Amino acid sequence: MNWIKNVVRPKIRGVFQKRSAPDDLWKTCPACKAMLFQQDLKKSFQVCGECGHHMRLAPVERFRLLFGDSSYDRLTPPKVPADPLRFRDEKRYRDRLKAAREKTGAEDAITVAHGAIMDVECVVAVQDFAFMGGSLGMAAGEALVEGVSWAAERKVPLLVVTSSGGARMQEGILSLMQLPRTLAALQALSEAVLPYLVLLAHPTTGGVTASYGMVGDVHMAEPGALIGFAGPRVIEQTIREKLPKGFQSAEYLLDHGMVDMVVPRAEQPEILARLLRLFLNRSGRVSKRRVAKHDSAFPKPAQQ
Amino acid sequence: MSVYLDFEKPLAAIEGEIRAMQEVIGESRAPELKAELRRLQEKARAMLGDLYDNLTPWQKTQVARHPRRPHCLDYIADLMDEFTPLAGDRLYAEDHAIIAGVGRFCGRSLVVLGQEKGHDMESRMKHNFGMARPEGYRKAMRMMDLAEKFSMPIVSFVDTAGAYPGIGAEERGQSEAIARSIDRSLSLRVPNIAIVIGEGGSGGALAIAAANRVFMLEHAIYTVASPEACASILWRDPASAKSASQALKITAEDLLDLGVIDGIVEEPLGGAHRGRAQTIALVGDLLDKELRQFDNVSPARLSAERKEKFLAMGRDVPIMTAAMARRRKALKRGKSSRGRRFRSLKTLKR
Repeated sequence: MNWIKNVVRPKIRGVFQKRSAPDDLWKTCPACKAMLFQQDLKKSFQVCGECGHHMRLAPVERFRLLFGDSSYDRLTPPKVPADPLRFRDEKRYRDRLKAAREKTGAEDAITVAHGAIMDVECVVAVQDFAFMGGSLGMAAGEALVEGVSWAAERKVPLLVVTSSGGARMQEGILSLMQLPRTLAALQALSEAVLPYLVLLAHPTTGGVTASYGMVGDVHMAEPGALIGFAGPRVIEQTIREKLPKGFQSAEYLLDHGMVDMVVPRAEQPEILARLLRLFLNRSGRVSKRRVAKHDSAFPKPAQQ
Repeated sequence: MSVYLDFEKPLAAIEGEIRAMQEVIGESRAPELKAELRRLQEKARAMLGDLYDNLTPWQKTQVARHPRRPHCLDYIADLMDEFTPLAGDRLYAEDHAIIAGVGRFCGRSLVVLGQEKGHDMESRMKHNFGMARPEGYRKAMRMMDLAEKFSMPIVSFVDTAGAYPGIGAEERGQSEAIARSIDRSLSLRVPNIAIVIGEGGSGGALAIAAANRVFMLEHAIYTVASPEACASILWRDPASAKSASQALKITAEDLLDLGVIDGIVEEPLGGAHRGRAQTIALVGDLLDKELRQFDNVSPARLSAERKEKFLAMGRDVPIMTAAMARRRKALKRGKSSRGRRFRSLKTLKR
C-alpha cells in the first residue's frame, strides 16, 4: 500500500500544484496592481516594492519582523468558556471558530509572545485580522490580559499590534466587557511604570480603539492603515454625505493628533526598540546617522 | 396621548373600548355598565401583565426605546435636590448628549452623569438623540476628577444608542475619549453606580458604566451592538434585527445570568413609561441602599474591587443552555407577586 502513499499521491498532488503555481508565486498589489513576487514580499514583510503599500501581515511574520532572528516564546493563555451564548447567525459561531482556527492555525485572534526587539526585552501581542476580522472576544481579551499581567510581573514592557474590526459580536455583551477588562489589566502595567506601546495596523476600528488601542504611551501607525471608532460605512449612512479623502487613514490621524508617528515596517523595530530604551533609560547603540534617515513623521534631531 | 408599540395592539383595542365606554357612562350610574367597564379594565390589566411578563428581546428593545420612558433628566428632577448642571470639557465644546452635574441625593452630595435622548423633536436635536461626541466623554472625565477631588460618589444614568458616528467626532478622537473615560472610571477612588435605564448601546454606554455596581431596569437592554447593526453585519440584512436581538442576549435577565450586571430593578406593570414616578422612586430606593454600602470602604479598595470585578467577568460564565432558559421561565412563572425588585450578585455566586 505504501507505493500509493509514496508515489501516486505526490504525483497527483504534483499535477495540482503545478496548476496553482502562478497563484502561489505571484501576488497582485491591491493598491497599485503591480505583480509582485511572493518571495520578495516575504522579504519585505508584505510591503509592495512598487508603491510601498502595506499588506496584511500574519502574526508569525510580524514576530519575525520585530524579533528578527532571535528566538521568542509564545505565551499560552488560559482557556475561556467557548461560545457562552450558543450564538448562531447564518452559521453557528462554533463552526466559524473552528474554520478560523483551521485557517490561521491559531487559537484565537490575539497571539502573545515574549522576545527581544533589537535586544530590548518585550512582550508583544499581535492581533490577526485573518482570524474572524481580528475581533475581540473573550479568548483574545484573556490572551491580552494574561500578556499584560505577565509583562507587569516580570517588569517587561509591552507592545500591542492591533488589527481588528472591533468586538466579536457572537459573544455579545461579554465581548464588550473586554474593553474594561483589558484597560483594568493595563493599569497594572502603568502602576509598574512600564512602557506600553501600540502599533496600529490596517484596519483597527470599534471596540479595540475604544480600549487598549488608544491608551498607549506612544501610538505608532502603519502607513495607510484605517483607524477609527465607527467604520466609514456607518458614518456615511448616518450623516448621508461622502467622507473626505483619506479620512481615518493613519496619516489623517497623525494630522489630527491621535497617533505619534506613521512608520513603514522596515523601520518599525528600530524605532520601537529606541523608544523602549529611552523610556527604560537604557543606553542605546543606534548611530546618529541611521536615526536621521527616518520618515518625516519622526522628528529629526535638532542638529540636522 | 398614549403611544402603543406594535405588540401592544390588542391592548390598544381594549383600552380604546374602555375609553369609549367611560364616555358613554359619563355621569350615569347604571350598575351593569359599570360592571362591564370593570370587567374590561380587569381584562386590560391582565393582558398588560401577560404581555410584559413575556416580552421577547426585540419587544424589550422597543420598550427600552419608548419615547415616553423616563429619561436621565426625569430621574434627576425627581431624585436630586439642588441639582446644578455643569457644562463643557474645557477643551472644545459642550455636549448636550451627556448630562453632568452635582446635586444632593438623600442628603449626600454626589456627581451625576447620564445620556439624555430628549422627549420631543427640539430636545432630541439639542441632545443629539443621546449620542455623545468626544466632548461629552471628556466632560464626563472632568466630572470624575471633580468627584474624586471632593470625595463624592458618582451615579450614571445610561441611555444611549451609542456614541455618535460623525466626521468631527472621529477627528477629535471618539475612540480615545471613550477608552480614557472607561479607564478613568476604573481607577476612580470614589464609588460609582451605573443604571441602564433604557438603551445601553456599546462603548458609548460603557464609557460611563464601568462602575462598582451596574444595574438595569427590567426592560432595558445593554448590548455590544444594536440588534440592527449586528443584523446588518452578521446577517447582511438589517431586517434580521429580531433574530439578532434574540441571539445577542441583551435583556437584563441575560446580563444578570452572565454576571455582567449586579441586579435588576423591576418595572411597574406595563413598563416604566406606564409608571414613571414609581419607576424613578424604585431606582431612588436602590441607589440609596447601594450608596450606603460604600460608606466605609477605603478609596484604594473601591478601585481595586472594581477592577477585580471586571477582570473576573466571563471567567466562569455559565453557558446559556436550553435547560437554563427553561429554569428561568419556571422561575419567572413562580414570581406571581411582583416583589422581586432585584437580585443581588451574592445570590448568584456559585
